[in-house]
Amino acid sequence: MSTTERIEVHGAVQGVGFRPHVHRLATELGISGDVRNAGGHVVITACGPAEALAEFRRALHDRAPRNARVERITVTPGGTTAQDGFAVLDSGFEAGPRTVVPDLATCDACVAELFDPGDRRYRYPFVNCTDCGPRATIVASLPYDRTRTTMAAFPLCPSCAAEYRDPADRRFHAEPVACPACGPRLRWGDATGEEALELAVAAVRRGGVVAVKGVGGYQLVCAAADEDAVIRLRELKHRPRKPLAVMVRDLGQARELSVVDAEAAALLRSPAAPIVVLPSRTADLDVGLFLPYSPLHHLLLHDLAQPLVVTSGNRSGEPITILDEHAHAVLGPLVDGVLSHDRPILARYDDSVVRAGRVVRRARGFAPAPMPLPAASPVPVLALGAQLKHTAALAVGDRAILGPHTGDLENADTLAAFEHTAETLCRWQGVAPEHCAHDLHPRYLSSRHARRWPRDRRIPVQHHHAHVAATAAEHGVRGPFVGVAYDGLGLGDDGTLWGGEVLLATYRGYRRVARFGLVPLPGGEVAVRRPSRMVLAYLHGAEDFGGPSIPDLRPTAESALVRRMVERRMNSPLTSSAGRLFDAASALLGLCDENSYEGEAAVLLEAAAAAHSGPALDWTLHRRDGLWVYDPLPTLRDLVTCGDPAGVAAARFHTTIAEVTAALVRETAGTVRTVCVGGGVFQNRGLVDALRRELGEFAVLAGERVPVNDGGISYGQAVVAAARLAGRDC
Amino acid sequence: LGHGSGGQLMAELLTDVITPELGLTAPLEDAALIGLNQVFSTDSYVVTPRFFPGGDIGSLAVHGTVNDLAMRGARPLALSLAYIVEEGLPLSELRDITRSAAAAARAAGVPIVTGDTKVVGRGAADGLYVTTTGVGMRLRDARPSAAGAEPGDVVLVSGPVGLHGIAILSAREGLGFDADVSSDSRPLNDLVAAMIAAGGADVHALRDPTRGGLAGSLNEIAAASGVCVEVVESAVPVPVPVAAACDLLGLDPWHVANEGCLVAFVAPGSADAVVAAMRALPEGAGTAVVGEVVEGVAGRVLARTLVGSSRVVDVLVGEQLPRIC
Ligand SMILES: [Fe+3]
Ligand SMILES: [Mg+2]
Ligand SMILES: [Zn+2]
Ligand SMILES: [Zn+2]
Repeated sequence: MSTTERIEVHGAVQGVGFRPHVHRLATELGISGDVRNAGGHVVITACGPAEALAEFRRALHDRAPRNARVERITVTPGGTTAQDGFAVLDSGFEAGPRTVVPDLATCDACVAELFDPGDRRYRYPFVNCTDCGPRATIVASLPYDRTRTTMAAFPLCPSCAAEYRDPADRRFHAEPVACPACGPRLRWGDATGEEALELAVAAVRRGGVVAVKGVGGYQLVCAAADEDAVIRLRELKHRPRKPLAVMVRDLGQARELSVVDAEAAALLRSPAAPIVVLPSRTADLDVGLFLPYSPLHHLLLHDLAQPLVVTSGNRSGEPITILDEHAHAVLGPLVDGVLSHDRPILARYDDSVVRAGRVVRRARGFAPAPMPLPAASPVPVLALGAQLKHTAALAVGDRAILGPHTGDLENADTLAAFEHTAETLCRWQGVAPEHCAHDLHPRYLSSRHARRWPRDRRIPVQHHHAHVAATAAEHGVRGPFVGVAYDGLGLGDDGTLWGGEVLLATYRGYRRVARFGLVPLPGGEVAVRRPSRMVLAYLHGAEDFGGPSIPDLRPTAESALVRRMVERRMNSPLTSSAGRLFDAASALLGLCDENSYEGEAAVLLEAAAAAHSGPALDWTLHRRDGLWVYDPLPTLRDLVTCGDPAGVAAARFHTTIAEVTAALVRETAGTVRTVCVGGGVFQNRGLVDALRRELGEFAVLAGERVPVNDGGISYGQAVVAAARLAGRDC
Repeated sequence: LGHGSGGQLMAELLTDVITPELGLTAPLEDAALIGLNQVFSTDSYVVTPRFFPGGDIGSLAVHGTVNDLAMRGARPLALSLAYIVEEGLPLSELRDITRSAAAAARAAGVPIVTGDTKVVGRGAADGLYVTTTGVGMRLRDARPSAAGAEPGDVVLVSGPVGLHGIAILSAREGLGFDADVSSDSRPLNDLVAAMIAAGGADVHALRDPTRGGLAGSLNEIAAASGVCVEVVESAVPVPVPVAAACDLLGLDPWHVANEGCLVAFVAPGSADAVVAAMRALPEGAGTAVVGEVVEGVAGRVLARTLVGSSRVVDVLVGEQLPRIC
């Protein structure tokens, strides 16, 4: 006795080999019918005995392919199925939230073929299958089908076509399938294919820097052990000190450079294959390592047999290059050659970065996987993000599609990249946003973009509310929570710059309940770049709570001017920033006077503290204007007068911040027992752990899949805007 | 609050509060055209200190209105001068300022023909406020307007930028930069006359970058004309002491006020002739070609940097709040 039903499977089910998987299950269980991709989900018509159908539905959920994520299965009885067997149909089209799968690192089966001299894809740099290969970077529109990807330009050869059509084959409907006979091909100058690769390898071996067209954009590559090459690469990137990511061939090579625990190993080998920031065996600073994630990277690492610096191919401040002409025109003159190929990149995806289990740059491999919205948005909303580490997000129904990292919004190219990303998100989803959500800061280019929208279509979201709402939403928090937002600077709702805040929050709103003491920023952005100037700012202009200040310092040429600026409040906006306090502490310990990259002083302070510990330094809390306020001056004073070596003092400073934070939370939480932290300061490896130890009776949550830094702001904006439009929190 | 530095907030104050009440639809220019060729402008001056290196509030008030008339291609015909004086202002100071205003008007070739003086009680004003009003007659073939820039136009700056603002700031706050920096305050009507004589209607847009600085003027013209402007960063003349002061104070020299230079958008065919005419006069000796109107997003101003990337040039918003984190 057979029945027929229509089964819809929602989640990450396109581009991950889901239809062939359904075909295999159905054949195994003797079920007839068909399967097709709809808008963003999979629709199955299944006919068979009731028991077999039940088993089938269970298996759909429990035995999903490695890269699929089944979120929801709906079943409607009825429907007709004409044939005896089970068919895989061409894609149909239906409305609704749709999923674009992130790019997937080359799977083990494909790597085996890549290095198997007997395989027809031996050393073919574009080998892939339903389990691996490019996805989000090649998709023009949905549903996901070869004709709507950049692979449409490569007609399948008979061998590939046979694999593509055979439901029993690993490459059944692998949309980017290709082989040396029909697929994309490498190019280096006039040379192509294997010869091009050989020339690039030789250039790197000679100590050169080369540009390589990767999966989500061009990259700059050189031998990691070649000091001259690395110096040259740093010069052309205008990046004097910031650590560079190193690609290693395998976990063995990774362990030679750093300490790799089981969790890190799993992450390195995951389909997302991010850069993982790990403690270095040789240097004080952490090192960012990753494994080859495309066949081309496997070949480079194999042939060169040594770790390589692999960093995004862009000039300082510009987005990663994806266009061949641009790469040749802009990167070409700076490097020893360009290893390119003829598969276009449609969307820009930098390499993702994970530190201490938390994504700090969300791009290739993670984006654009959807994130949950606690309250579904009644209409599509485009969240425009902040300024640095920029991302945009699109709220559709109960999800937010968080686009990839595009870099710092300050020039025409990053602005164009942001607009392109926003346009791509909308096109994929087939929606036109009805509102935009934006930061309060009037000078962010994203806020300037917002002013193109009619006033009644703009939803302003305070920066730190967005930070903590992002954390809460990621973890599915329901009900009010305590938000602790520690970062550099964000504009508060009172027109001053915030950055050391405790908020009692829901998704729709918040009340500021505690903050750090105020300090002027003499010269605005100059003070952000110069931690030594922040020391002078605390010395001459910190908010007064009647306690002792830090001891006077040896006067410098700068100090008289800074003092005057502070006293006269000249271009010296006030801030309650926690990030600036970390800067001042770092400078007071002689670790960093000038930031060559964002957060350098804090990074050095954290590195100095590693391997040390100690009790908290002096600290006090005060009540002012209805808020709890932490006065950082006693802490800074103790930091310089305690007499401990810099490492110990740095560790004690971290302990202090954790204790202070715990005290502020306890004073303000009332009956709330959930703490959501956000803001760039929480990229710090130990701070979240220390806070968890201090706040045992609370659940302390930090962004894991969404960056705690400003890369997570757009998601937080989407969450808040959706809740406000829906008129409820979840 | 915060509307004082002439940037975005001031623009919103104008578009949201003032022009709607007045029933004005077009964006306000520096000066208004009445009928075919008469130009009319008024401005109030509030400056601390009243005497600064390179000028004082009296000369400034004359130069400001003369220049606003000139930016519409007008030859100034007559000025009025009105004071609001706080009780207690030394008479000698008022005499010196008036003498300075008179000298400035003579040098610009414009008579001060009428005026007014009111004295208010202590605390009701900050020393002295000056208002000047001017009328002028448009020069033959002169058509400059903030909305007049066209694709391909060459962008000129008539002299070094940032001097006035830094001189005032330094004098007011006692920073000591005023030893090297004095205000560029001066009349630009002769310069404009020479430009119109050389380029006529090809001089599409003129602006004196006072409050809001060069960045403000470029953005106003880009927005009003619906064009994209690209400026080569290194071509803009910024005096070394101005750059050094801005570096220390965290200011952008392109946001700092000027009182003696102008920005011009000129059709490419007349650019050489106009530049030559400008350089022949002392106030235009430092004229630089700084950029052009390019294809791109309407209303956007870009600066090509030394490393070759394109920075988006924004307008000042209240205090210069840092954007970096
Ligand atoms: Fe932030
Ligand atoms: Mg004016
Ligand atoms: Zn594979
Ligand atoms: Zn083939």
